[in-house]
Amino acid sequence: MKYAFFPGCVSKGACPELYQSVMQVYPKIGIDLEEMTTAACTGAGVLQEKDPRLGDVINARTFALAEQQNLPIMTICSTCQGVMSQANHRMTTDGEYLAEINQILGEEGLAYRGTTNIRHFIWILLEDVGEDVLRRAITQPLTGLRAAPFYGCYLQRPTEALQFDQHPDRPKALERVIEILGAEVVDFPGKSRCCGFPILTINEKNSLNMVATHTMNAKSHGADIMVTPCPLCHLNLDGMQAKAGNQQNTAIDLPILHLPQLLGLAMDMDPKSLGFNRNFVSPHSTLQKLATVVSS
Amino acid sequence: MNTTLRIRRFNPEQKTPAPFFQEYNLELEASDSVLDGLIKVRETLDDSLALRCSCRGAICGSCGMRINGHAALACKTKIISATKDSQTIHVEPMNNMPVIKDLITDMSPFWEKIRQIQPWLQPSTPIPEAEHVAPAEAMNHLSGVMTCIMCGVCVSDCTVLEVDSKFVGPAALAKAYRFVADPRDDATTRRLTALNEPGGMWDCTRCMECIQVCPKGVGPMDRIMSLRAKGIDEQLPSTTGSRHAEVFTDIIKNKGILDEPMLAVRTFGFRNVRRLIGMIPIAIQSFRHKKIAPSGPLHRAIPGIDQIKRLFKRASVENHTFRNK
Ligand code: SF4
Ligand code: SF4
Ligand code: FES
Repeated sequence: MKYAFFPGCVSKGACPELYQSVMQVYPKIGIDLEEMTTAACTGAGVLQEKDPRLGDVINARTFALAEQQNLPIMTICSTCQGVMSQANHRMTTDGEYLAEINQILGEEGLAYRGTTNIRHFIWILLEDVGEDVLRRAITQPLTGLRAAPFYGCYLQRPTEALQFDQHPDRPKALERVIEILGAEVVDFPGKSRCCGFPILTINEKNSLNMVATHTMNAKSHGADIMVTPCPLCHLNLDGMQAKAGNQQNTAIDLPILHLPQLLGLAMDMDPKSLGFNRNFVSPHSTLQKLATVVSS
Repeated sequence: MNTTLRIRRFNPEQKTPAPFFQEYNLELEASDSVLDGLIKVRETLDDSLALRCSCRGAICGSCGMRINGHAALACKTKIISATKDSQTIHVEPMNNMPVIKDLITDMSPFWEKIRQIQPWLQPSTPIPEAEHVAPAEAMNHLSGVMTCIMCGVCVSDCTVLEVDSKFVGPAALAKAYRFVADPRDDATTRRLTALNEPGGMWDCTRCMECIQVCPKGVGPMDRIMSLRAKGIDEQLPSTTGSRHAEVFTDIIKNKGILDEPMLAVRTFGFRNVRRLIGMIPIAIQSFRHKKIAPSGPLHRAIPGIDQIKRLFKRASVENHTFRNK
């Protein structure tokens, strides 16, 4: 199975450990990636605040490039996925609109026929790779580890664009993968809420309040770690966690792992090769807990 | 079908009032609504259960409550869909507003915010004696947002209101859009200027909860995004939010990929040196954690950038008139 790989700006920028860890794990699960080096940022919903249709044109270009490669797209970011899913939904459900977009693309010799399948890595794990192959790749089940899922808004809503009706595994994909990896799912109310990142620069107090609420809540439900398929959530939940704790006069100290980092752990990979040293909140306690479980 | 309604109850008249859960087991039809179930509880099992309802047809907006963790109209939620995962249905009062009793919430903060956006037409010309006619096209565009039944469901699940009760919130912002986009209203600049303040349109975190839960397809967040775009178009005094959107767009146009440090520096600029300085510890941490590529924190433009620049030029609002989507 081969995919046109859309890494997204954050895995190429502030979260290099995400790119690094996905590069480590993908060859182990029988998929092949061809990176889309000429595709632009999706706009992340921010460009869309200024000009939503411009966002659709830029994303249609990316989908057209994938059509030329005859490959489905793989994303590793909830936000990239959601923005692309929504753009694709608008274009594929409204032929007239797609024609308008194509008129603009046409001047560049491009056309989008509306056939590109765009999916997040986590959906690909369940829908293409499949539980059996995934289980076979696990050499070090994460027994005893209590992991809280955190999706990122764009991988949960709006459900129509994300095609939850056609794909019943998607709403709880993260729980499913955590279980397959042998860890225990810690369910808590914040798992599909907002991490606060989009308003970090606008209203830092509210943004950090969200970080504190969700991380502290997951901890009080017994989580050892939190795992997320969204690097933007990671930037806030990991990068701003210390500051969010200060705002509440407490130290939270909950390691936040990118999904492929957790996968890599279950494949017994060296934590350094998965970029664990790049996480702000040290996952040391997690690694120690796992080591104790393994040796006992 | 055998169904359990697990209801969060609260009685302010108890000696030490505290919310508690109570379960009721009853037979219901798959095609019944959750409201039918609650009424049956009240009529056959426990007449002390307090709830609010009237039309039973998703029109009056009085039966908003949280069903299995998400706000919804009880009369529009079928038992069959509420029991998809388990035969127990969790029913709680709406969030982000005080509970009066059981499933009844105090809507006064909701109405206060609706009033805050001045929900009436403000024309600058004298009001005509007969109908104040608007072009059909404009009214068609507004028909979606005008279907709001003021149920409070979006407000209940808003992530920002959860941490900040001062945020004007999705229902009031959608209502504000209804007047900003009405060609008969001439207070657009004044309205947008008020919404440009802290607690207004830039405080929404774009979490899409309101779009997902609204029972009438109003799409409050989409309206908020339209308000933001109008604010930028109107060249209102820039806010951190509007600068963020402008700078972000400019970086993508010129590089195709986002430079996070550049975004921060240009968003805060010299207007907010304090915030810029506040970011230094994060920058140092990033450096320590080797988050920054050896080539430096800034990207080179991606291959194919010339094509992207041309598309930006052709597609952007100023240069292309799309039909009103
Ligand atoms: S999108 Fe904005 S207004 Fe809507 S629920 Fe989320 S934060 Fe609130
Ligand atoms: S926007 Fe939708 S959810 Fe919000 S009050 Fe109006 S009808 Fe209810
Ligand atoms: S009873 Fe009127 S909306 Fe539900």
